Amino acid sequence: MTARPPIAMLAELTHRCPLSCPYCSNPVELARKESELSTAEWAGVFRQAAELGVLQLHLSGGEPASRRDLVELVEAAREAGLYTNLITSGIGLTERRLMALDAAGLDHIQLSLQGTDAETADRIGGYRSGFERKMAVAAWIGKIGFPLTLNFVMHRQNMHQLPRALEMAEEMGARRIEVATVQFHGWAMLNRGALMPSLEQAREAGRIVREARERLKGRLVIDYVPADYHAKYPKPCMGGWGSTGLNVTPDGIVLPCHAAQTIPSLSFETVREKTLGEIWENSSAFNAFRGTDWMAEPCRSCDRKEADFGGCRCQAMALAGDATATDPVCIKSPLHGKIHAMAQDWAAEEGAELTWRTGPERVLEGQS
Amino acid sequence: MSLAAASVPRMPRGVRLQEDRVRGGWVLLAPERAIALDAVGLAIISRIDGARDFGAIVADLSETYGAPEAEIARDSGEFIAALAERRILEIMV
Ligand code: SF4
Ligand code: SF4
Repeated sequence: MTARPPIAMLAELTHRCPLSCPYCSNPVELARKESELSTAEWAGVFRQAAELGVLQLHLSGGEPASRRDLVELVEAAREAGLYTNLITSGIGLTERRLMALDAAGLDHIQLSLQGTDAETADRIGGYRSGFERKMAVAAWIGKIGFPLTLNFVMHRQNMHQLPRALEMAEEMGARRIEVATVQFHGWAMLNRGALMPSLEQAREAGRIVREARERLKGRLVIDYVPADYHAKYPKPCMGGWGSTGLNVTPDGIVLPCHAAQTIPSLSFETVREKTLGEIWENSSAFNAFRGTDWMAEPCRSCDRKEADFGGCRCQAMALAGDATATDPVCIKSPLHGKIHAMAQDWAAEEGAELTWRTGPERVLEGQS
Repeated sequence: MSLAAASVPRMPRGVRLQEDRVRGGWVLLAPERAIALDAVGLAIISRIDGARDFGAIVADLSETYGAPEAEIARDSGEFIAALAERRILEIMV
C-alpha cells in the first residue's frame, strides 16, 4: 500500500503536566522526563516531518509549557517551515514567555478550558487557582494578538456550561472554539461512570451548537465533536488511519493515533531508530488499517466506509475486544444495542467518583 | 454574495500562504486548516495584501486573465466571502 504524505503531526513534547484532568488523552502509562526527546532530537523530527509533507505541527503534551526549551522548539518548527500550533492549559506560560513565543514565530494557540468558573475548572483540572491563571494567560494572548482557539472539553459534569463557554470564546476574541465531547480512551475510560453525558444532555448540546453556529456566523467558528456513544454512526477516524496525520510521543514513538498503544497487536517504532518517512511508509502499525482492505463485514460492503473508515480502531479494541471490528458505536455493529445500554447506565451513575490522572511526576509551579 | 468594490480583504495574523514543496502547488495555512489552492484561488489570494480594495483586485484579475469584470467579481467575491465566514480572511469595509 502506498501512503500519501501526512498533513499534520502532533508532537507530545512531554507527558508532564501540572493539571490532572480525569479524561487526559495520554496513555495510562506515562513517559518519564528522562526518556523525553532532547531539543535537538525534536528539531530533527520537525525537519523530517516537513520533508515528508507535514504542513501543520501541533505542540502538545501533557503540558508543552512544562518543557523549558519550548521557545527553542517553536523556533525549530518555524525554521522547518511548519505551521505551528501550541495546545496548552496555559499553566506555565507567563507574559514574557508568550512574548518570546511570539518572537519565535508561533502561529496559533489553542487554550483548553476545563470549566467556565473557577470552582468547576479547578476541580476537574485538579489544580487550584488554575482557572485564574488561565484567564490571565488568555488576556496576554489577546494583548499580543495570537490567533486563539478555545478548546472546551465537555462531559456530564460541565456540559451545562456550554453557553457560557461560547460567550467566553467571544469575550476572549477567539476565532474558533472546539467543543469536544470527551472521547472514552485511557484515563477517560476509567472515569466513564462520572463523565458519560446523558442522551438528553448530548441532544441539548447539539441544539446549542446549531443555534450558536447560526448566530455567530462569521464571528466565531465552532468545531463540534458530539458524544458518539449516543450516535447512530461513529466518528470518522481522522481522515483514515495512516492517511493524514501522525503522532510522536515524548520518547519518540511514532503512532498513527494518540490512543494506538491500546491495541496490543500493534508494534511501534521510534524516531531514535528510524526516520519518520520510513516509519510512515513501512511500519506495520501504519499499514495495519490503511485504506479499506482490512475491513470485515458490515463495514466491507457499507457505502459509508470511505466516510467514516469504520470508525475508531481503538474504540473497537476497547469495546469489541477486536481492533478490526466495526466500531461498536455504529448502528450496524452487532454490539450497538449493548453499547447504547451501557452508555445509558454509565450516564445514570450517581455520585461516581473521579479518578484524576497521576504521574509521571507532578510539575510544580515555577519549575518550568 | 458579492463584495463591495471599496471593501478591503486581508489575511489576518495566523494565516499564511505557503508553497507546498512536497505535493506541489500552494496552500493556505490557517488554524487547524490547510487549504490547497487551485490556480484561480492562488490568483485571488496572492492579490490580497490588506491594502488593495476588492475593486482593484477584480480589475487586475480581469486584465490578467482577459475575463469580464462582472464574472470575476462574482466568483472571487464568493470565494473571499466563504473564507471570511470561516475566519480565514477578514474584510474591512
Ligand atoms: S458499518 Fe462500518 S463503514 Fe458502515 S457506517 Fe458502520 S462503521 Fe461506518
Ligand atoms: S483510531 Fe480512534 S482514537 Fe485513533 S485516530 Fe482513529 S478515531 Fe481517533
